[in-house]
Amino acid sequence: MAKVFERPRALSDISLHYCPGCTHGIIHRLIAEVIDELEIEGKTVGVAPVGCSVFAYNYFECDMQEASHGRAPAVATGIKRALKDSVVFTYQGDGDLAAIGTAETVHAATRGENITTIFVNNTTYGMTGGQMAPTSLVGQITQTTPYGRDVAIQGYPIKVCEMLSTLDGTAYAERCAVDSVKNIRATKKAIKKAFETQLAGKGYSIVEVLSTCPTNWGLSPVESLDWLRENMMPVYPLGVYKNKE
Amino acid sequence: MAEKVLMKGNEAMAEAAMQAGCKLFFGYPITPQTEVAAYMAKKMPKIGGLFLQAESEVASINMVYGAAGAGERVMTSSSSPGISLMSEGISYIAGADLPCVVVNIVRGGPGLGGIQPAQSDYFQATKGGGHGDYHLIVLAPDSVQEMVNLTSTAFDLADIYRLPVMIMGDGMLGQMMEPVEFSSVTKRELPEKTWATSGTKMQRKRNVVNSLFIEPDELEEINNSRLEKYNIIKEKEVLYETANTEDADVVIVAYGIIARVANTAMQILRDKGIKVGVIRPITLWPFPSEIIAKTAKTAKAFISVEMSQGQMVEDVRLAVNGEKPVYFYGRNGGKVPSPDEICAEIEKIIGGGK
Repeated sequence: MAKVFERPRALSDISLHYCPGCTHGIIHRLIAEVIDELEIEGKTVGVAPVGCSVFAYNYFECDMQEASHGRAPAVATGIKRALKDSVVFTYQGDGDLAAIGTAETVHAATRGENITTIFVNNTTYGMTGGQMAPTSLVGQITQTTPYGRDVAIQGYPIKVCEMLSTLDGTAYAERCAVDSVKNIRATKKAIKKAFETQLAGKGYSIVEVLSTCPTNWGLSPVESLDWLRENMMPVYPLGVYKNKE
Repeated sequence: MAEKVLMKGNEAMAEAAMQAGCKLFFGYPITPQTEVAAYMAKKMPKIGGLFLQAESEVASINMVYGAAGAGERVMTSSSSPGISLMSEGISYIAGADLPCVVVNIVRGGPGLGGIQPAQSDYFQATKGGGHGDYHLIVLAPDSVQEMVNLTSTAFDLADIYRLPVMIMGDGMLGQMMEPVEFSSVTKRELPEKTWATSGTKMQRKRNVVNSLFIEPDELEEINNSRLEKYNIIKEKEVLYETANTEDADVVIVAYGIIARVANTAMQILRDKGIKVGVIRPITLWPFPSEIIAKTAKTAKAFISVEMSQGQMVEDVRLAVNGEKPVYFYGRNGGKVPSPDEICAEIEKIIGGGK
């Protein structure tokens, strides 16, 4: 009998540490499936961030480096420049990419650094217990915005794909979500397109994935997906923001 | 006879790095080390290497982390304020056991300080700088030729012991021109980089470059094995030079460019019949404590002369361990102690001893 479903080769055979209902696991799997399909595991080097996905280096079978907080694009630059024929990806959350690591992100993109970033946006610092992230929505209640994010105090959320798509070095930018089967399939397609962009040497590619944090949002996994659809999608519209041919 | 060329310290060091097989250089502009970057920018593309100007020192050092983790010989260069920014990254590089070379052409601090030569980053270089229990090997050349020779040594030591090695110069060494030759450089046998994340090629299990060990048992074990490495380095890699220490009453301890000033002071005083010697630490870490302790048996006093308010003097005191008095003379903020100033201090010491 033919196998119809199995663990991707590039995904390690160990339990993930993520909370129940967290979407990191889905996104990890999609990346691993793409690495398998493109047959690039042997030449891929991944860079893990600081945040909930800090242990991502344990979950992929390719070579991995663990970066300091926000510096994954700089670390990835070092790897890619040293190993021109490698495939290098960073896996980063919203705090890592859009707060402490904004400079590294913007400059890797504008250099047209030939790397791929998988950007998981769940509007939350999950690892440290649910503080405001640079992508937290206006009015969103977090541990550090207990009265809701107030633009007069904390300003506005950063729209990463919109911002990076203005840079000439960004070759591919797409925002996806993993809230439904349909969108999960679209996310995989986007991740594959991003890796293919890198393989074609076109420049910086980023896939922003709208994601949930049931634990810190204080919602069930299903309610979290509803919250994502109702509140995040209007602020962060899905779609392709840049596709340099 | 090897051909000698007249070169600036910073440029000679950059050339030496390329000759040592440095393939990538990441840096951010800062005075007084800009010639290193300028030289790399011009020459690296010609040898198939890379010079990349980063958006900050923070990015530079993390690019170094990535490239070092990928197994290439890589270097960055900066000056004091930039090294402060890199200190986080240096801690991570030490914690991930990666080899690289970091150059600090020290200028006066704190803060923006000034752009004239100083040695006020001794504590930062030898006692940490970044967070956690770690050490760099710190090499302090006193001439342009030694900048060349120690650059090759720095890359070899980094690869052998898998740690960041710092070359600590100052604005004067970096800017001055002296004749140098590149053939006297010695090379050491190097281990294979089996740990590098250069792609598994589907032929081995994955490698992981990492400094996170969340279980205290594991972190302590890894830190302790690194301590063993540090102890081996202390035993095998100490470098220093001595001059006239055998019969010296007063021994000057000085490193880098100041050791040359100290030598002049020694000659002046010897001509006056005052027995002065010089110990010049070449490795600031590991510090040449043994030779200082040994000399403390015969010398009557020590004086640490520095371009700081007194930093290395603490290590001299630890080495002398109360056997003899240890004095200090220093200028800072970009001022350089003169031979006359040093002589006057030593004459005071001798006079005070009467």
